[in-house]
Amino acid sequence: MEEVRLMKGNEAIAHAAVRCGCDGYFGYPITPQSEIMETLMALKPWETTGMVVLQAESEVAAINMVYGAAGCGKRAMTSSSSPGVSLKQEGISYIASAELPCVIINVMRGGPGLGTIQPSQADYYQAVKGGGHGDYKLIVLAPASVQEMADYTVLAFDLAFKYRNPVMILADGVTGQMMEKVVLPPFRERRTEEEIRKECPWATLGKLNGRKRNIITSLSLQSEEMEKINLHLQAKYKEIERNEVMFEEFYCEDAEYLVVAFGTCARVCHKAVEMAREEGIKAGLLRPITLFPFPTEAISRYADRTKGMLTVEMNAGQMIDDVRLAVNGRVPVEYYGRLGGIVPAPDEVLNALKEKIVK
Amino acid sequence: MKEEIIISGFGGQGVLSMGKILAYAGLLQGQEVSWMPSYGPEQRGGTANVTVILSDERISSPVLNTYDTVVVLNQPSLERFESKVKPGGTLIFDGSTVHALPTRKDINVYRINATEYATANNASKTLNMIVLGGLMKVRPVTTIDKVLLGLKKSLPERHHHLLPMNEEALKKGMELIEKIN
Repeated sequence: MEEVRLMKGNEAIAHAAVRCGCDGYFGYPITPQSEIMETLMALKPWETTGMVVLQAESEVAAINMVYGAAGCGKRAMTSSSSPGVSLKQEGISYIASAELPCVIINVMRGGPGLGTIQPSQADYYQAVKGGGHGDYKLIVLAPASVQEMADYTVLAFDLAFKYRNPVMILADGVTGQMMEKVVLPPFRERRTEEEIRKECPWATLGKLNGRKRNIITSLSLQSEEMEKINLHLQAKYKEIERNEVMFEEFYCEDAEYLVVAFGTCARVCHKAVEMAREEGIKAGLLRPITLFPFPTEAISRYADRTKGMLTVEMNAGQMIDDVRLAVNGRVPVEYYGRLGGIVPAPDEVLNALKEKIVK
Repeated sequence: MKEEIIISGFGGQGVLSMGKILAYAGLLQGQEVSWMPSYGPEQRGGTANVTVILSDERISSPVLNTYDTVVVLNQPSLERFESKVKPGGTLIFDGSTVHALPTRKDINVYRINATEYATANNASKTLNMIVLGGLMKVRPVTTIDKVLLGLKKSLPERHHHLLPMNEEALKKGMELIEKIN
């Protein structure tokens, strides 16, 4: 039985990465996620599993190191916070186009610009709607606890390799800095070169006799070829939408009003919904865990059973677009949120629910 | 049982560590715990605070705006958090650093002259443990044994010789705290 430990979300990510056989971490420090690299440096996994931990000269360098490692079929990871993740977008677009697996962690802080260092969810659009140039999607996981920071690190690597697609863990300053109980995932060996050759026949590990050479690139000068690549990517995203949607529901069975929130906001809303229930308001909470693929169908079902929905976000209202698309005008969908690094309190959410939805 | 606590003071008074020790104690007694610090520039001088929740059930929001127990170690913290104590809740303030006294009558108010004692007895490094002792006297959310075990687990072995000093500080805090309302 694994020990129950007390640690920060950032530390949990670092431990989970080492334990799930990550081959390399490349990053550049920025608050509120610097403990990820700090913890990795303290764990010195290069002495145990052989994992590389490298502080790159910049965020741009870090994501391109990930690109290189991923091209060799390695389990590669980077992490940053909002301004740093903006810098990585070109590399992320290339990695998505070249169909390489990797894990990118964004512990969001208040923006725009350098903004603040406090918690935010204002990079929802960036994470879910593209971020970089071109028609591509990341698989986006939104943890809401320290345990999930550890668990989703493992899941992110699994999904990345299953679909040869970059996966983003979209956390925030609360889930990064908060300490909670966590049981770390079991140890997995790093894969040997032989195992990588077997599992990733596309990897550029050096051509063996008789094999056609592997090419990893995001460049294709023939538009007809590039269209084919795009259609292939779109088909892959459809498959991900069919297979990988994750969400959590609280008090939804008889809910007349639905609150939709992810990550830290979902924790706050869980409490707000409990407070509403104490007052006799039949509120429920739907918490998307995957932001892409979005739980569109689940929310659509609630549109026929509820009188209204409230999205609660630490941004100016971004996920509300996806909720409204799912609802398609059947019930009113309103937004409540705080900006620039402020976390809404449970009673603020309850008041917003009463004023905007219950009336 | 569920106890929602905020501890607030100047950066350097040991506010975050005190919260961490409480959280460890909660973990050791099998509870759900959350520890949410203010991690901004205040850690390096301004007013720092930490929210600690100990609960027998799953903890929903780690961020709150009212608390069962509020501990303030400076005047700005009192001004910010006095109104956030739940009716019937507990407010503990350091009488050596807070001069304009709390005014609410619907809560239990306790004074602990921790800084004064710590300074006079060359024990400023255990200030937070004195305050924690006081807190444990009036809100027995955990025991000295659990706190010491938590310290033992979280401190590197080279600091273990400091444990008796911390135990003494906890006990002193239990003596020093006094109810004023």
